[in-house]
Amino acid sequence: MNLVLAKTETGKALSDIFAIARNRLPGAGKVAGVRQQAFEAYERAGLPNRRVEEWKYTDLRVLMREVLPLAAAPDAVALKRARVAVQLHAVEDASKLVLVDGVLVPELSDLTKLEAGVSVKTLRATLEDASNDARSDLLLTDTTDAMISLNAALATDGVVIGIADGAALSRPIQIIHVATAPSASAFTRSYLKVGHGARATLVENFVAADGARSHQVNDAVIVWIGDGADLSQVRLMDDGTDAVNITSGIFTVGAKAKLNLFNMFSGGAVGRFQGFVTLNGEGTELSINGVNLLRGKQHGDMTLVVDHAVPNCVSREIFRAVVDDRAHSVFQGRINVRPKAQKTDARMMTRALLLSDEAEADNKPELEIFADDVACGHGATTGALDDSLLFYLRARGLSENEAQALLIQAFVGEAIEQIASDALREQVTATAQRWLEARR
Amino acid sequence: MSLLEVKNLQVRVEEREILHGLTLTVNAGEVHAIMGPNGSGKSTLSHVIAGKPGYEVTGGEILFKGEDLLAMPPDERAAKGVFLAFQYPVEIPGVATMTFLRTALNAQRKARGEGEYSTPDFLKKVREVASSLNIPQDMLRRGVNVGFSGGEKKRNEVLQMALFQPSLCILDEMDSGLDIDALRVAADGVNALRTPERAMVVITHYQRLLDYIVPDIVHVMSKGRVVKSGGKELALELEASGYAQFEDAA
Repeated sequence: MNLVLAKTETGKALSDIFAIARNRLPGAGKVAGVRQQAFEAYERAGLPNRRVEEWKYTDLRVLMREVLPLAAAPDAVALKRARVAVQLHAVEDASKLVLVDGVLVPELSDLTKLEAGVSVKTLRATLEDASNDARSDLLLTDTTDAMISLNAALATDGVVIGIADGAALSRPIQIIHVATAPSASAFTRSYLKVGHGARATLVENFVAADGARSHQVNDAVIVWIGDGADLSQVRLMDDGTDAVNITSGIFTVGAKAKLNLFNMFSGGAVGRFQGFVTLNGEGTELSINGVNLLRGKQHGDMTLVVDHAVPNCVSREIFRAVVDDRAHSVFQGRINVRPKAQKTDARMMTRALLLSDEAEADNKPELEIFADDVACGHGATTGALDDSLLFYLRARGLSENEAQALLIQAFVGEAIEQIASDALREQVTATAQRWLEARR
Repeated sequence: MSLLEVKNLQVRVEEREILHGLTLTVNAGEVHAIMGPNGSGKSTLSHVIAGKPGYEVTGGEILFKGEDLLAMPPDERAAKGVFLAFQYPVEIPGVATMTFLRTALNAQRKARGEGEYSTPDFLKKVREVASSLNIPQDMLRRGVNVGFSGGEKKRNEVLQMALFQPSLCILDEMDSGLDIDALRVAADGVNALRTPERAMVVITHYQRLLDYIVPDIVHVMSKGRVVKSGGKELALELEASGYAQFEDAA
């Protein structure tokens, strides 16, 4: 049965794709062995589907159907197109790290202009460094998620970023994923280690170069945040209109640290961000927020698992979905509070705004609490715009579209305003505004 | 030409007729009071003039400056100079009052083919009006009406009136929920806006408001019609004798 699942629509077995890709994938010996195991783990499960609890609302066997062959390394024409996309999305002052079709491109990146305290290596170089005995560990994670296993098997490149203890970065680090190839997939995997007491901002963009079609993205970022460190992260999934974008974040956070994470899905046919956060040190504050802006037949999924493993941590989750036409939004939020995690303060609020009768939103909050002295709460609402507010605005001269846009902006603003950086908050607000303007 | 002409207006809400042939003429510069018991159709009239959805006009017409008001969407009515001060102004979390004011003013100006206000001019204007209404600056930064007291909400309506400079102001039960001091501040704000070009229709259940906003003409509404019109002394008469006599008349 599993072999059948791993076949693509065209009948070509995925194992062929893996076999063909293998000689392009960095890392020999032990690394190749880990890849083989990861691929076998994926093959046993196949594409996640509605019978897998965590993927119930995002059935990739229906939405994605098949894993496309790996994109070829970008040629000069592809790089030219990518450069245009990078210019459109570059954040001011950021140190850019640009991955085109799954490969880091030094000439589009700021590798030589990094701030003091920052080190960046490519995943490729790290996996091929025979002197690094721990290199195969980079492909291992605790999760059994099939898409993360497939990522380990097929990752072609990525960035391995280190931020030194105590370094307070003044400029954001920006990873820009650009797709240029049609009907191909890109698998990337990156690492970020934020040293004790360090402070950093990471921006991640997923975009398509003009003319890119039907591509697939599978990215994973594994993050360690040291004691007393502070990481702000903004992810913008604004991919090509027919792209499938499945990305994962795995976070391990130390004591007295801060993690402020924001994810927005606004572009792509199918998108899922799944974040797994383990709070491993006391006194840590976590703020995870997200927005889905969906229209047409878009499917956007944000799935979060927050694991309070130790006492005295605070977590806040605010999620907003705006769903128009026949689009489908999914929010799944799981909060685990382990037996010893007393004095946990965890709250999660998710709201969906349906702009059409055919729009759909699924909210699935899950709390698993094994400690008895905690404050945990969640709330979920789904509804349309409030007619009395719309009339008030129209009676003051706003057209129907203007009134709706103002109310929708206010609705998503509750999540966007959680972004720590003023500049990034403004940029995300502008992206949301452009989405609203395109509605008119 | 009269500013507002309501002719034989018939309005239904969910199969029930609320206004049964109401006629009202308001000229520029006049202040009209519409009084009447609960359920007489006062608020329905104000909603229909402003264009609130949910009301079915089954007969009659409303002309504003000679134009068919009922054919216009609510935002067009606002741009033409119709302003409804709400009985219960809504709270809009996440939309800062300043943003709301600027968006609304510019939308109206754009609809009239006028240029947008420059930001410094706009801010100066808002601050001026706000301070004359005792509206603290920090209120302007908060969400529209969010956490405002009853009095603050009504003053915010008067602030908008002063900013948008409409030619017809309809004040729907402005006195509801206000203590006497709050009422006086709001009424002073309204009185400052009385000009020979502007008309006001003050809808109220109680005579008290008319001590502060003194009308030229008082109408009594009962069961969906205007049953009596007269000078400001009619309001005092009502205060003494109540509405019961008119309920029989209707």
